[in-house]
Amino acid sequence: MTELKTISKIGIDIEKIRADFPILSRKVNGRSLIYFDNGATSQKPQAVIDALNNYYVHDNANIHRGVHTLSQEITVAYENSRAVIQKHLNADHSHEIIFTKGTTDSINLTASSFGKKFISKGDEIIISVMEHHSNILPWQVVCEEKGAILKVIPINDAGELMMDEYKKLLSNKTKIVAVAHISNTLGTINPIKEIIEAAHALNIPVLIDGAQAVPHIKVDMQALDCDFYCFSGHKLFGPTGVGILYGKEKWLNEMPPYQTGGGTIKTVTFEKTEYADLPLKFEAGTPDISGGIGLAAAIDYINKIGLDNIAAYEHKLLLHAAGELEKIEGLKIIGTAKEKASVISFIVDGLHPFDIGTILDQFGIAVRTGHHCTQPLAERYCIKGTVRASFAFYNTKHEIDEFITALKKTITMLK
Amino acid sequence: MSIEETEQEIIEEFEMFDDWMQKYEHLIDLGRSLPLIDEKNKTEDKLIKGCQAQVWLQSELKNGSVFYTADSDAIITKGMVALMVRVLSGHTPEEIINAKLDFVEKIGLIKHLSPTRSNGLVSMIKQMKLDAVAYKQFKV
Repeated sequence: MTELKTISKIGIDIEKIRADFPILSRKVNGRSLIYFDNGATSQKPQAVIDALNNYYVHDNANIHRGVHTLSQEITVAYENSRAVIQKHLNADHSHEIIFTKGTTDSINLTASSFGKKFISKGDEIIISVMEHHSNILPWQVVCEEKGAILKVIPINDAGELMMDEYKKLLSNKTKIVAVAHISNTLGTINPIKEIIEAAHALNIPVLIDGAQAVPHIKVDMQALDCDFYCFSGHKLFGPTGVGILYGKEKWLNEMPPYQTGGGTIKTVTFEKTEYADLPLKFEAGTPDISGGIGLAAAIDYINKIGLDNIAAYEHKLLLHAAGELEKIEGLKIIGTAKEKASVISFIVDGLHPFDIGTILDQFGIAVRTGHHCTQPLAERYCIKGTVRASFAFYNTKHEIDEFITALKKTITMLK
Repeated sequence: MSIEETEQEIIEEFEMFDDWMQKYEHLIDLGRSLPLIDEKNKTEDKLIKGCQAQVWLQSELKNGSVFYTADSDAIITKGMVALMVRVLSGHTPEEIINAKLDFVEKIGLIKHLSPTRSNGLVSMIKQMKLDAVAYKQFKV
């Protein structure tokens, strides 16, 4: 506990924070839950659970349509959520914030819609070898449809993008660059500012997959000057089923609707439809209203703690975990970039990650095992997969120590 | 020994363990003791792709009974595979098709059959039964 207090000097009151997350007090397999699968999804604070509950108990109505009080109230609340997200991202306009189902949906929207308008035969799309399948497959589909070519930025053994190679890939054939802000498998924080500047020098737009970044660090759309930024609500302590696509107005205005239907139009006749302005053009059908409101509640919550405090605290967790893991014989950390978020992937000589994860679960410890939806990256390292521990600001040094003890027992059992 | 008798034998075997650690140690031992599948049968067409753990399955019909050999790259999955082979191997296609395999729940390892894509075990059981169906229908 002494150590917790020390860490809390940087602005995190860990005991108070943990009390905000009801799930953290549950037992798993008879043990206190140690949740280290935050890269897959994060847990939800009571403030988010209350926002969702309150919506259904008190506020439920459809948005943007009704003249009745409930509909008007919830429309205001939903649009306020959009404004909260705009402010959090420091985007120029609230209509640049598009509600989607999640990061995957945001990337599919962009790839499909941008692809239809701007990509032709022989054009090139640049991604990187560390991308999540969700930032590979939508671009592969565009390439197949349009006869375009996918170019891939390689990484070094530490798991850092080879920036010289990236710059060599950029050309007048490149139509868009799409890279992760933070690798979900390696934890590498990519130099996206430099990536964006290099692309913009050739007037090439850049999409950033920010799914793993927004829970850990502050992102600023105007400072980054990126063209598209995607993330999911559920990894940001918000609900599942909602996500965000930030897109610069100039691109979104040019792009055709991704899905069509209710809510996306100004006028419809059987001969022709005139589509609505941003953001509604990209929000067909009744959206996840409670999700949007819950996501804004999550952002309000983390802003009260402060992302700078969160980043500093998690960095300490990362260093402690890495230091302890490195002491274990036969264990190798995959991803040793200089700039890393609180994600650690590792393998153990002769052991299958699946077996390690299965035994750790018996100790009440939730980690992720496998290829983490980054199969090309696993191939790059010639491994079947890894065990991944990913930390959030509600995790503690004590939990890491428990995890290390359990991991040592697991290795003994399996060897 | 019938399929049900083997299942009962396994249930009693697992009842001896006081805690999960002993149970998993036994499962790991079972995995280690599983006769290895002939390397020549560890081919792509015998591979049942799970999301994480891979399983290879080979079957043959001898004197009206189906015999299985199998392997996995994950030791816990291999322990589960060993149990399935022990229960089903050496029985007629009809008996295999009708096997309920509810011993898995009774020994407290049902989570290994959950549809999480995390191992190839569910697909392997399906393939064991499909092989039995094929032997029954086509009298291979």
